[in-house]
Amino acid sequence: MKKVYSRIESITGNVIAVKAEGVAYGELAEVRTRFGASLAEVIRLSDDLVSLQVFAGGRGISTGDEVRFLGHPMKVSFSDSLMGRIFDGAGEPRDKGPTLDENLITIGGPSVNPAMRIIPKEMIRTGIPMIDLFNTLVKSQKLPIFSVSGEPYNELLARIAMQAEVDIIVLGGMGLKYDDYLSFKDALESGGAMSKTIMFVHTASDPVVECLMVPDISLAVAERFALKGKSVLVLLTDMTNFSDAMKEIAITQEQVPSNRGYPGDLYSQLASRYEKAVDFEGSGSITILAVTTMPGDDVTHPVPDNTGYITEGQFYLKNGRIEPFGSLSRLKQMVNGKTRSDHRAIMDGMIKLYAAYKDTLEKKSMGFQMSAWDGKLLRYGEQFEKGMMDLSVNIPLEQALDRGWEILADCFEPQETGLQTKLVDQYWPKKTA
Amino acid sequence: MTATKGRVTGVNGNMVTARVDGPVYMNEVAYIENQGRSLKSEIIRVRGDSVQLQVFELTKGIKVDDPVSFSGELLAVELGPGLLGQIYDGLQNPLPEVAEKTGYFLEAGVYLEALPRKNRWVFTPAAKAGDVVRRADTLGTVPEGSFTHRIMVPFNLYGDLTVKSIAAAGEYAVTDQVAELVDSEGVVHKVTMLFQWPVKRAVDCYAERLKPVEPMVTHVRLIDTFFPVAKGGTYCIPGPFGAGKTVLQQITSRHADVDIVIIAACGERAGEVVETLKEFPELLDPRTGRSLMERTIIVCNTSSMPVAAREASVYTAVTMAEYYRQMGLDVLLLADSTSRWAQAMREMSGRLEEIPGEEAFPAYLESVIASFYERAGIVRLADGTTGSVTVGGTVSPAGGNFEEPVTQATLKVVGAFHGLSRERSDARKYPAIHPLDSWSKYGGIIDREIVAYAHDFLFRGSEVGQMMKVVGEEGTSLDDFAVYLKGELLDAVYLQQNSFDPVDAAVSPERQKRVFGLVLTVLGTAFRLKDKDEARSYFNRVRQLFIDLNGAEWNTPRFAEVESALKAAVAERSEGLDPVAARHIETLER
Repeated sequence: MKKVYSRIESITGNVIAVKAEGVAYGELAEVRTRFGASLAEVIRLSDDLVSLQVFAGGRGISTGDEVRFLGHPMKVSFSDSLMGRIFDGAGEPRDKGPTLDENLITIGGPSVNPAMRIIPKEMIRTGIPMIDLFNTLVKSQKLPIFSVSGEPYNELLARIAMQAEVDIIVLGGMGLKYDDYLSFKDALESGGAMSKTIMFVHTASDPVVECLMVPDISLAVAERFALKGKSVLVLLTDMTNFSDAMKEIAITQEQVPSNRGYPGDLYSQLASRYEKAVDFEGSGSITILAVTTMPGDDVTHPVPDNTGYITEGQFYLKNGRIEPFGSLSRLKQMVNGKTRSDHRAIMDGMIKLYAAYKDTLEKKSMGFQMSAWDGKLLRYGEQFEKGMMDLSVNIPLEQALDRGWEILADCFEPQETGLQTKLVDQYWPKKTA
Repeated sequence: MTATKGRVTGVNGNMVTARVDGPVYMNEVAYIENQGRSLKSEIIRVRGDSVQLQVFELTKGIKVDDPVSFSGELLAVELGPGLLGQIYDGLQNPLPEVAEKTGYFLEAGVYLEALPRKNRWVFTPAAKAGDVVRRADTLGTVPEGSFTHRIMVPFNLYGDLTVKSIAAAGEYAVTDQVAELVDSEGVVHKVTMLFQWPVKRAVDCYAERLKPVEPMVTHVRLIDTFFPVAKGGTYCIPGPFGAGKTVLQQITSRHADVDIVIIAACGERAGEVVETLKEFPELLDPRTGRSLMERTIIVCNTSSMPVAAREASVYTAVTMAEYYRQMGLDVLLLADSTSRWAQAMREMSGRLEEIPGEEAFPAYLESVIASFYERAGIVRLADGTTGSVTVGGTVSPAGGNFEEPVTQATLKVVGAFHGLSRERSDARKYPAIHPLDSWSKYGGIIDREIVAYAHDFLFRGSEVGQMMKVVGEEGTSLDDFAVYLKGELLDAVYLQQNSFDPVDAAVSPERQKRVFGLVLTVLGTAFRLKDKDEARSYFNRVRQLFIDLNGAEWNTPRFAEVESALKAAVAERSEGLDPVAARHIETLER
């Protein structure tokens, strides 16, 4: 009963409407236009009027074009032959490889039962002290990287992809500049990580509806691999583009906007993607790192704001460094009690002192007299930025902790640090040698 | 099911429109038949023969012309023994049982019985044949964990009822008949231990509502001493993301001095619920020595679960809280986060194409929030005992800006405000409740006047701190500087609390009073100090001693040792104690 409809009632932006019967909400259709065939998804039913969102966009669609309903929702092929391949937002190959259509799986599946989740317990080492020491990344965590245009967020993502100890990497690119797409590809290929990577890339020049599909496709594939026992890292960039695509569609659909034009369900939409991060008991896991650029460096913008409420912390990438203030890994407490006894104390203590250094810096810039204490803080702040914050620092956690004590001992007396006497006795570097 | 039948005519997100052939109730529960599944939904608007339904499931796959059937009942929860220790979704489906049926994922259209039917409870009758009873009167009791669970006359049987028969002492399942009651018209009602109550109606079976006065001890110094919450009171915790709302709620759920805790995880991260879920069974309740899970009910409708059920989840939770209140117990309901609940309302309002209010929230937002918080309270029951429901809700304001509709609507109706600040959490000052912005209308464990004396140092210290930013340290007098240091000290050693330290995580009221006395001594003492550097290093030393004190177990030689070292350190440079502080300390020690 693959009936073909050849009368399109209305075309608004990327949304077309046809009169049809027996169509299910969320079903997929194929629209044949003179520019070729495109997929479309049912987004509204009202009596016999079916509204569809056309992946390739509404431009050039004729009211006489053919619409054929496929009888199933959006699906993507899943098999081991996905490895090393690159696709677009509709699941079509972007590399020169063959189209895959075996073992199709539905995307945007149901939520994981909270009762089946387990407490995250394994850290993912990255070799970046600002992550490993201060805001540890944990398996099954969902973390955004808040940044602004121009910051090296994609480089950071690529570096984490290559250094993180995981089985599979799924990269979802949304509204990527073509150059950025190529540099990702180059970085992963030259780093030797391409063979364990699957890429779904929507570039800035592709139709906007396909952008909406990227997170769902990436996560559906990741979920299947996780269920097969793999530890999967999903990298998404950039979620702000995804949200803007959603805004565009919502506005053309005449939805009441809630905040700066974004639809009222922005939070739920983002959450249903991020919440796919999970550690399956007795099986694999999904960890999500997603870049969210903040328009105008404004963290209160609806996209970073809603994201912050969903994710388990956030990294701020500013001036090429991961900022210690605001950056937070909520799950770090799950793992940093098991690393070394001084991990938590060093983590809190050094940040408190760095905050004091920032105050002093402010005082200094206003031309006030510096006390002896201020002098110590200034010395500390400088060493902290150089030895810990710089992104080029690439050392394992234990070494970073030792370096922390060295910096403290170099600048302060033990009682000035606010650290418990017991720890000071154990770790404070002895003055000799 | 009623005789009314309907057919789907439209789908838009989680809202379905259907045409019906008979009478329907507003807010009635309806089921949409689709691909062999029955999807639960609720009527939220009626227009002629067309009704709009919010569906508690994903709507993918629903087709025009799918049949709809109507239950004739409002959305209700099951009440009876066996609620404690359960993990429910927003519609009271037990999640572990759902997992047994459907595995890792939540499939749409799976609804299970909330109370286990197989469990048998040891019933002891309290009423006897011929007794005249009213709704919520006790018919008998069963033991549930460490509580005596009252089997009550169902709340939906109005008027005077005569007990016709009552079951003998023995073991019964929740669906077994335990009594027969005859109403004034002679109709016999068969009563089981289980009955249903619609979630959106407040349980009103009490003699009178009382004023909340007794503090609910949370074992968090900043709350108990400075911004207390009373049993039967309400409080809210607004804060930007990452400021520690959920951690604060988790700490409270563990250490709060109440009988029962109900956690409503509403539209928040699943991971956070899992922590509670997995850790509580292993933790012991210091009051009873039994597992914490035995006093806890978790209602969890996390952010990726269907939105309409999220809206229902806070009502499901508060209804269960009211049920246990009727047994003379103190119940604490923690809702995290009420903003997600408000957003669920906004999404629905948008789909209904209602005229939007501020930030597109519906115009009825304020009244809905107010009526939710008003379900808290301490009440005197018909038998003279009291029971309470305390409600603590987090608010997640967009952009961390408290000037938004949900925060403002909440502030109007709560008795205490624990405002979290990004500034404090960035500086790792936890709990990040802002000591100058927050307020409470309730009395706490320490006399208000004494607290105000200390609070004044925070205020003045912060003023000096602000001034110093402008005129510099050199432009500040040594006296002012000492005030500044005292304010900082109070903040560092009393307001801040390390929830990961086994000792510091929960501080008893007794210990709070003792340490507060010590802090007052330091605050009230004039110190002999040469210059600012000396002042700073002296206060650093005092702070170190306090930190060690906070890490020492109560009533141990170690505590006494650090305490006397601290007193010695103060005496060493003391130039006399402010008589006001001396009086306060004396009051505290009495």
